[in-house]
Amino acid sequence: MNILLLSTIVLIYLFITGYLGYVGYRKTKSAADFLVAGRSIHPFIMALSYGATFISTSAIVGFGGAAAVFGMGILYLTFLNIFIGIFVAFAFFGKRTRMMGLNLNAHTFPELLGKRFDSVFLQGMAGLLIFIFMPIYTAVVLMGGAQFIAEVLQVNYHSALFFFTVIIAIYVIMGGLKAVMYTDAFQGILMFIGMTLLLVLTYAMLGGVTAAHQKLTDMSATAVQVFGAKGHTGWTSFPKFASPYWWDLVTGVVLGVGVGVLAQPQLAVRFMTVKSNRELNRAVAVGGIFILMMTGVAFTVGALTNVYFANHPEFQKISLLAAGKNVEKIIPLYINKAFPQWFTAVFMVTLLAAAMSTLSSQFHTMGTAAGRDVYESWIKGKGNTLGITKVAMLITILISLFLAWGLPAFFEGGTAIIARGTAIFFGLCSAAFLPMFVGGLYSKTITKAGALWGFWAGFLSSLLWILFIHAKESQPLLLCKALFGKDSLAAGTNWTVVDPIVISLPLSILVTVVVSRFGKPPAAKHLEQCFKGIK
Amino acid sequence: MLGLGDFWVSLVYILCIASALLCLVYGLLNWNKGGEPSPLEIKEEARWKKEEKKIEDKL
Repeated sequence: MNILLLSTIVLIYLFITGYLGYVGYRKTKSAADFLVAGRSIHPFIMALSYGATFISTSAIVGFGGAAAVFGMGILYLTFLNIFIGIFVAFAFFGKRTRMMGLNLNAHTFPELLGKRFDSVFLQGMAGLLIFIFMPIYTAVVLMGGAQFIAEVLQVNYHSALFFFTVIIAIYVIMGGLKAVMYTDAFQGILMFIGMTLLLVLTYAMLGGVTAAHQKLTDMSATAVQVFGAKGHTGWTSFPKFASPYWWDLVTGVVLGVGVGVLAQPQLAVRFMTVKSNRELNRAVAVGGIFILMMTGVAFTVGALTNVYFANHPEFQKISLLAAGKNVEKIIPLYINKAFPQWFTAVFMVTLLAAAMSTLSSQFHTMGTAAGRDVYESWIKGKGNTLGITKVAMLITILISLFLAWGLPAFFEGGTAIIARGTAIFFGLCSAAFLPMFVGGLYSKTITKAGALWGFWAGFLSSLLWILFIHAKESQPLLLCKALFGKDSLAAGTNWTVVDPIVISLPLSILVTVVVSRFGKPPAAKHLEQCFKGIK
Repeated sequence: MLGLGDFWVSLVYILCIASALLCLVYGLLNWNKGGEPSPLEIKEEARWKKEEKKIEDKL
């Protein structure tokens, strides 16, 4: 890899990002500008920012690598990403979220929930959940970005981590959500170009769409030979029903991430950044195509890498074995081996953009949760909104940086814990927030008590499942081992591969609905204010 | 179909493209709909702006 070429491209990219961050800073004059981008963002920017935030490096490299193992069945996640994450989210939830946010003068996702259920405590608890658990998710993306910079530019990992964090922190803290969304849109465009090229070049190299798929289908005997015991049936067919691979794919990957997206605070807040429903309608068109070209391409190409490596004279084996059994290394190895240097450089910037667009929103969401929701609204701390939020942002960024730096350094298995950060955060958010968010937008019968009890039921059941049952998390977290002497209380059964969302989301829905039936109904006047203009 | 191994994977390959097209068509058909805020919305917006201004002034 030509370091000079790559460094030049990265520097140009950073310069443009810095400039857009500066534009955001110049246009930020009030707390509303900083928190919800003045509620007047362009639909194109909004859609790209939503998509670019949603898709991190791990969605491309990590899940793309997972597709090389699971095969193209993982495309069900792409389908849910587009249908639920974009179509349902924008065309239905988004419109209500926008209008209710305006009716209730909400500036953050926890504030919207708190004001909808007339509970500052709920706002504080939602903010606290984000403040405590989002840094782990942020640390995942930080580590991924820093490792990639360290490898590509051949610099020290810790310096890369430090400077990477500082660059993003500066434009998020200075320019707030406007800077975040402007830079996201630019990064989104780069991601779109990079992934489109990746798809076209891969299909062209393997002889066209149908021919490429057919070559992968012809390799199914190899897949069964290697992974057959766990239920694998080939890279272009679905795993055997109720096998460990089936459970992992359907509950963990497809449902865990596919449904969880609806209650992600960093995404939901974007609905409150546009002026009217027209912007959301337009954003649907942009968002749907964007997501197809992100995860759709990553998963298809990820699976097809098996054809490439199996026919490559140097490897002659499937992707997982070619990459030394490291799932995360499959996509980078493929890019390095299969394409010319110029494309490697383009793709590296694509990945950098994916990491930075997710991180900037995470920094912003953590900061507003800690500053606006916990400190200012819940514990009634004194000071001005902007100042408090900026200080809170700095604190949460430092915590994330510390986790990304310290966990692997001081704790054996720290990297394994961080690797599960995305799943942990997505799972907790969907179980704790989704029932009350949907109920709050669509039902007038969900009460404050229902929302609170549902929150606790979802949050605690999800946390317990993560700590003691779901082996992917309980094993690296070590608490189950320390208390009970085994990695999971359900060791030896299929429960260890069932994602927490399968248990905690239905439980949270049930508790929310049942408690709401018996509690004091919400005041009619409050409901009228919440649902003003919402049909 | 399309060289894919079974019905479920062929289905999802089509579903992904179809759902992206659904988004595109929905967006294009409703491109100019919902742009005019209702009088109620204008009132809310004004109230919101006034409230924001009050907070800013206080600060």
